[in-house]
Amino acid sequence: MSASHVADSKPLEAILGAYPAEEASLIQVLQDVHRAYNYLPCDVLATVAKTLGVPLAKVYSVSTFYKAFSLQPQGRTVVKVCTGTACHIRGAAQLVDELERKLGIKPGETTPDLGFTVKTVNCVGACAMAPVLIVGETYFGNAKAARLDSYLAAGEASDAD
Amino acid sequence: MRIESQQAFERFVAQARERSAARSRQVLVCCGTGCLAKGSAKVAEALAAELAKRGSDVPVATFTKKTGCHGFCERGPLVVLQPEGVLYTQVKPRDVAEIVEKSVIGGDTVSRLLYKDPATGRRTARYEEVPFYQRQTRVAMRNIGRIDPADIDDAVAHGAYQGLATALFTMTPEQVIEEVEVAGLRGRGGAGFPTARKWRSCRAAKGDRKFVVCNGDEGDPGAFKDRSIMEGDPHSVIEGMVIGAYAVGAHEGFIYVRDEYPLAVVHLTLALEQARSHGFLGRNILGSGFDFDIRISRGGGAFVCGESSALMRSLEGRVGEPRAKYVHATERGLFDLPTVLNNVETWADVGAILARGGAWFAAMGTEKSKGTKAFSLVGKVKNTGLIELPMGTTLREIIYGIGGGVLGDRPFKAVQTGGPSGGCVPESLLDLPVDYEKLTEAGSMMGSGGMIVMDDRTCMVDVARYFLKFLTEESCGKCIPCREGLHQMLAIFEDLVAGRGKRGDIERIERLARGMQLGSLCELGKSAPNPVLSTLRYFRSEYEAHIEEGACPAGICRDLTAYEIVEATCNGCHACFKVCPVGAITGKIKELHVIHHDTCISCGACFDVCPTQAIRTFPKKQLAERTVA
Repeated sequence: MSASHVADSKPLEAILGAYPAEEASLIQVLQDVHRAYNYLPCDVLATVAKTLGVPLAKVYSVSTFYKAFSLQPQGRTVVKVCTGTACHIRGAAQLVDELERKLGIKPGETTPDLGFTVKTVNCVGACAMAPVLIVGETYFGNAKAARLDSYLAAGEASDAD
Repeated sequence: MRIESQQAFERFVAQARERSAARSRQVLVCCGTGCLAKGSAKVAEALAAELAKRGSDVPVATFTKKTGCHGFCERGPLVVLQPEGVLYTQVKPRDVAEIVEKSVIGGDTVSRLLYKDPATGRRTARYEEVPFYQRQTRVAMRNIGRIDPADIDDAVAHGAYQGLATALFTMTPEQVIEEVEVAGLRGRGGAGFPTARKWRSCRAAKGDRKFVVCNGDEGDPGAFKDRSIMEGDPHSVIEGMVIGAYAVGAHEGFIYVRDEYPLAVVHLTLALEQARSHGFLGRNILGSGFDFDIRISRGGGAFVCGESSALMRSLEGRVGEPRAKYVHATERGLFDLPTVLNNVETWADVGAILARGGAWFAAMGTEKSKGTKAFSLVGKVKNTGLIELPMGTTLREIIYGIGGGVLGDRPFKAVQTGGPSGGCVPESLLDLPVDYEKLTEAGSMMGSGGMIVMDDRTCMVDVARYFLKFLTEESCGKCIPCREGLHQMLAIFEDLVAGRGKRGDIERIERLARGMQLGSLCELGKSAPNPVLSTLRYFRSEYEAHIEEGACPAGICRDLTAYEIVEATCNGCHACFKVCPVGAITGKIKELHVIHHDTCISCGACFDVCPTQAIRTFPKKQLAERTVA
């Protein structure tokens, strides 16, 4: 793990102060860290490990096991394609392909300018409107590959609000 | 205000009912995830604003209420006028002024917003008369869509915590367990283990510190009943857990909620605070001397954490790896202490059972599967949404009676139940009564209630490959039969869908499946071959076509399928031209369109939009023959 330094350690202090310093707090702490920094920076993980009294190797293991966590900086707008069964049979694959063509990245990757991260998620539970695309916080139901540009623009705009 | 006695509770219920009755005139706006995504929050805002603006014109004070999921997600956003029960579907903010003018003030209905039966074309005014609702029996979902999940007063006025009061004031913990046993309640998470047996063994376990856990890690793709319960009626879950804790003698509880369900976390957090401040949770609950509190834990996004022992490891802050089942969670579960873990829907059933009696619950359902069951009905079906029915209802009644049949009236092919651990049930078994045993006999399982309807445009080999890919990504990797078995099986399937299938592949798949069923540590691995085996059992010829002929009979597998436009049927509407992502279709409006095979990626987008069904699939290998010819 390389030492990438995060300038602002204030959010981290607040997060660590909010939970008991024990192993059982680890996942909750990492979730808050991920929200505050938009990923899990390495030096922050080291501090988390020390404070909670959990070996760094275990922190790393948890960080890589759960899908909610990323060790790489995430794009400003996260695009999620639901690939649950209902979305799959209603054409989610077309959305994934179109995103790859438009943004030049595969699911799990981030554009070099950190604009977008594309992810696939296993069912967001909105199957009635399959296939579902989520840009930032905005849900698009019955999503069509041909209308991807408008989804990306609309989702990006609402993220900026 | 904390309620500290039976009398105080009854007084509070009476007051809550009065307050609710005073608000008899209500406009209910569905704010479940489905309707929210379709803009229902804006509809609710517009309604409140319009009602305020019209002020004195509105004859009776009318309240706008944001409720949980009404279930009929297909037609959202949904708005219901009470007490008349008028249901408006697909409401947009611009419809609001008309609803207030005509309906709220005028007492008339806005007919263009009423539900239209696709079969008869008739419009239905009242909520109860819509077939989708008429045929349901709601127990776990009894208050969803009727109450404001952010208002405990509203929940209590609709019967919340009655079961808890009955248990705490009139029953011993043993009697509570007996009542649940009389009800015949079995785990709604999918495996169907008798709830009372689980509780009894935890109660008997040694130790003073015990836990009660709610599994809200609803991971099966295509299932969202638990999400809707947690979002729409969080008090039903809390009530069930307090009753369960009282029965087994636990004082600490956890609700493990899936990371993908942010709204559920918000509503549960609020409901927990309100329950605490009213004395339904915390120290000395309702003055009974019983202490119990609940914490929420957000999952990290791992399917395997829906498995009970993996979920407990995750609650401990570790990676979610399951452990062998000879260690019983009721004796050594969370933090190695006695633990009862039940699914969201199971907990939601418990309150109703205690309030209305186990016999009432057991009167519904089949011999071994009592009560009702919630399902999410999705996929290629007309009325998608959330439903609850007595156990034993047939698949035909669910898909055709409530679901209204297959989308676009295409031929029905199969219904997938039980998520990645389940299987596909074919048309020949449509009259199967749905219960735990019958689904298992059919090679599928109950699972968490997802029902995904598939039409003839679904390739069963591709469906099996989809679940294998899902499980390969989600296998925790702890045991080899699951980790390697899935990997190898997926490799065979990637070959099958690409036309590289070999004779003997089916036998290889079956051998691998047996190994995984016998050798895997947890249910994820043991049940992983189910989607493969059930599709092999009912749709073997499709596998053989992929292997022997290098063709995909459903015309889905991209490497095996080509598309063309039938000259006689094409009306030149240009719809296919617009949706083609790679510009492989040419043609002018009102003229014949043509698909160019050198650029076509066989995505099928044109097929789905063609209004005249002028697009046809054929085996891709015929392309070579055509070029030669």
